This record gives sequence, structure tokens and C-alpha cells, in this order.
Amino acid sequence: MSAATKPSILRAEHLGRTVGDKILVHDADFELQKGEVLAITGSSGSGKTSLLRLLNRLDEPTSGTVFVEGTDYRNLSPRELRRKLGMVTQRPYLFPGSVADNLRFGPAQRGETLPPETIAELLVQVGLKDYGGRDVAHLSGGEAQRVSVARTLANSPLALLLDEPTSALDEAAKLEVEAAIQKVMRDQELTCVMVTHDVAQAIRLADRALVVEQGRIVRAGPVEEVLRA
Amino acid sequence: MLKLLFPSQLQLGLAQALVAAAAGLAVVLLARRRGIHLEGETSIAMLRGLVQIIAVGSILVILLRAPRWTGGLALLGMIVAAGATSARRAKGMPEAFRISAWAIAFGAGSIIALMTSLGVIDTAITSLVPVGSMLIANAMNTNGLALNRFRSDVLAHAGEIETALALGAESRNSVSPYVQASFEASLIPAIDSLRSLGIVWIPGLMAGMLLSGARPVYAAIYQFVVLAMIFAASGLTSLVSTMLIRSRVFSPAEQLLLQPGK
Repeated sequence: MSAATKPSILRAEHLGRTVGDKILVHDADFELQKGEVLAITGSSGSGKTSLLRLLNRLDEPTSGTVFVEGTDYRNLSPRELRRKLGMVTQRPYLFPGSVADNLRFGPAQRGETLPPETIAELLVQVGLKDYGGRDVAHLSGGEAQRVSVARTLANSPLALLLDEPTSALDEAAKLEVEAAIQKVMRDQELTCVMVTHDVAQAIRLADRALVVEQGRIVRAGPVEEVLRA
Repeated sequence: MLKLLFPSQLQLGLAQALVAAAAGLAVVLLARRRGIHLEGETSIAMLRGLVQIIAVGSILVILLRAPRWTGGLALLGMIVAAGATSARRAKGMPEAFRISAWAIAFGAGSIIALMTSLGVIDTAITSLVPVGSMLIANAMNTNGLALNRFRSDVLAHAGEIETALALGAESRNSVSPYVQASFEASLIPAIDSLRSLGIVWIPGLMAGMLLSGARPVYAAIYQFVVLAMIFAASGLTSLVSTMLIRSRVFSPAEQLLLQPGK
């Protein structure tokens, strides 16, 4: 199936947010089909993270909206929306307890118990086989971020929203996390929006790219075309 | 020494107030040397406290001759003032005054009403107003501590809270560890007061009762009664305020409104 005929997972329409007289995001329009990976790049403070937060409705848009599988996300409960659009933040913010406890967190919010075999599968996907019983206090930065990715996947999201998931890591840990993300995207054909200031990483992982400046999308298109320009 | 210099009781009182205030201001100056600036807030608080207590002392003289219902009115006024004072400890939190006033009204008000109806607090204005004001003042302090701690915790843990929200947690569940910590921390002074009663401190009310001729054992027991009532009123106030505030820090779309830098 070509990208054009694949179902639409996410569509931002005139999406914007202004706080006081500060424009954080202005009139963002883009669409993602199933399995597509979109990189959002730009300099610090350009509005990349603000745009990602609007997609997950952690902040309220002041204009426009987002359609998730064709449904205006204002018609979805915020909890259901956030389960569907799983977010991985720059810092992993693991909850105290074991790795398995963290993976169980999302499903437990809906009264579901994550089976041990699913926990084991998720940990294999992110390269942390047999880590389930480990205390999160003893994980390295890269391991913690991979647990964060697995914890988000435990909610079976439609799409992943990644907010500079490797920017706080050293080079070795960055490559580990990037490899885990790449494997998940490939194996699950997962739709993904990734904020990054790392152009090389965007080219390695994404199909398309948006460049944001002062809250506005100034370039959009195939990743190589946009970022090598 | 002051007694020799100021034969009149009013002059003596003002001189004693000046000396005590000077000790407080000396501490403020010491803090200033360490870069902690409390000058403005402390000076205003001291001046306000002195003016207010003199005003209340004057009003009490009138109240003593007034009908009993005026005591309830005076307590209501105290609750509103207490709500406004403790709400200042929750800067930036939505509806802090309304929540504080309701929490203190419910926490202190219900304990005062219950204890008055059971005869633990005498309905005479001379008893109702001073004892009631103690419960309200302590509820105010507890409420201020609870809101201040909750605000600090939410600001310090905004990342964890939003992570829980992003994983589909209910907003109230995402802040429940901070609600619990705020409640526990706010009750530390009330619990420590109960624990140290008679050993570390003897409340002024007991001295007053002894001076007015009460039996020492009854005066001592009544101190426990007052502190237990303070604990109940403070605990109830903190329970209500932390329960009310946890939903106010989120928008209807479960977005965290209280964020660092906002």
C-alpha cells in the first residue's frame, strides 16, 4: 500500500496556540498516514515542543484542532486521546518501583492488568530483556529512556510522540535508544512524530520533516529534501 | 525593668510590644545578612498584627455586653480573614481564596459548632470567641502550609504529573502523592503541639484559667481539650482544602495549569 492510500492517523488543521501576545504555534497543517515518521526540527525555542504538546492536548490550542483517525480530538476524552497518542518526554520521569511496575502503569489506569508475557515482549523490543524486576533507581539514563518507550508502548498507542528522547543522553546511550525506537517503528509499523534538533538523527529515522521557526512551519516535505536543503 | 519605667499598664504593654518586635526585627536583619529578605513582609505582618489585636481587644470589650449571636458573627468574620491570609501562601493557584475560606469554614466551623452543641465550648462570648479564634487561626496556618506545600510539590514535579497524564492517568490520581504529602506536612505543627503539651509549652489559655481561679487539674485537662479540637479542626480543614485544590490545578481537558514559569 502506498503512503497516499494508507489510512490517516493524525491530521493537524490550522493548529495554533497563543499565550498573551506570544505566538507559540501558528496555523500548523500536516497529516500523517499509518507507519509514517515525521520529524519536527528547528532551533531552541522555535515551538517544536509546543506543537507536540498540542498534539497530545497537554496544552489547549487557541485555534484549529487535530483529527485522530478522522475524529476531532476535542470529541475524545483526554485520557483516551493520550492513550492513543503515546508521548515519550525528553526526561524519562519513571515512577518509583520496578521496571515492570512502570510498564503496568498505563493499562492499570483503565483497570487492565498487563500480562507478564506482554511485559517480557515489550522489554525485548527495547533491548532490556529480563529487566522487569529491576528497581528503576538503578538504571542508567539510556536504560531509563528505553523503559519510558516501553511504558508508552504498553498502552498500545496508535502513534508515538517523541520529544527529543535522546537529547539528554551521552552518545552511546543515544544510539541505544535510537536503535530501540527504530526497531519498534519498523516492527509495529508505528506512526511517529519526533521532535529533534539533531538533523542527522531526523534523516536516519524520519520519512518527512517539518522545520519550525518562531512557531511557524517554514519548510515541509521529504526529510532529505527538507533537511539537506 | 520595664515595669519600673512604665507605671501605666497601657504604656507597659506598648513598651513590651516594642521590645518583642525589636527581637523579631533583629532576626530579620540576621536573615538579611544571609541574603534572605523578609523585611517588608515581617514589618507589615508585625504592624498589622499589633493593630488588629488592639482593635479586637477593643471590640471584645463591646462584645462582652453584646447578645450571644454576635459571637458567631465575629467568628464568621475571622474565617473570611483567615481564608484571605492563607490563600496568599498559594500564589498562582486558581480559586485559592474561595477554597481556603470554605475549607476553614468547614474544618474549624464544624468543630466549633459540634463542640458548642455538646457543651465542650461554652456559648458565652468570653469563651466562644477566644476558643473559636484559636481553632480558626490554627486551621488557617494548617491550610496555608497544605496549599504552600502542594503548590511547591506540583511545580517541582510537573514532569512526573504530565507523564502520568500522558499515560492516561486521571488528573486527580496524577497528583495524589503530592496531596498526601501536603496533608501530612500541614499537620506536623498540630501533632507536635499535642505531643509536647505540658513538657515543651504551656498554652496561654491555661495560665489565664489559673489566674481566673480555675482548678489546676481542670485547667490542664482543658488544654488537652483545646489542642485536640485544634487538631480536629486543622485536620478537617487540610483534608477539605487539599481535596478541593487538586482538581483546581487542572483544566476541564485535564491539562496541568500550574507550571513552572507560567
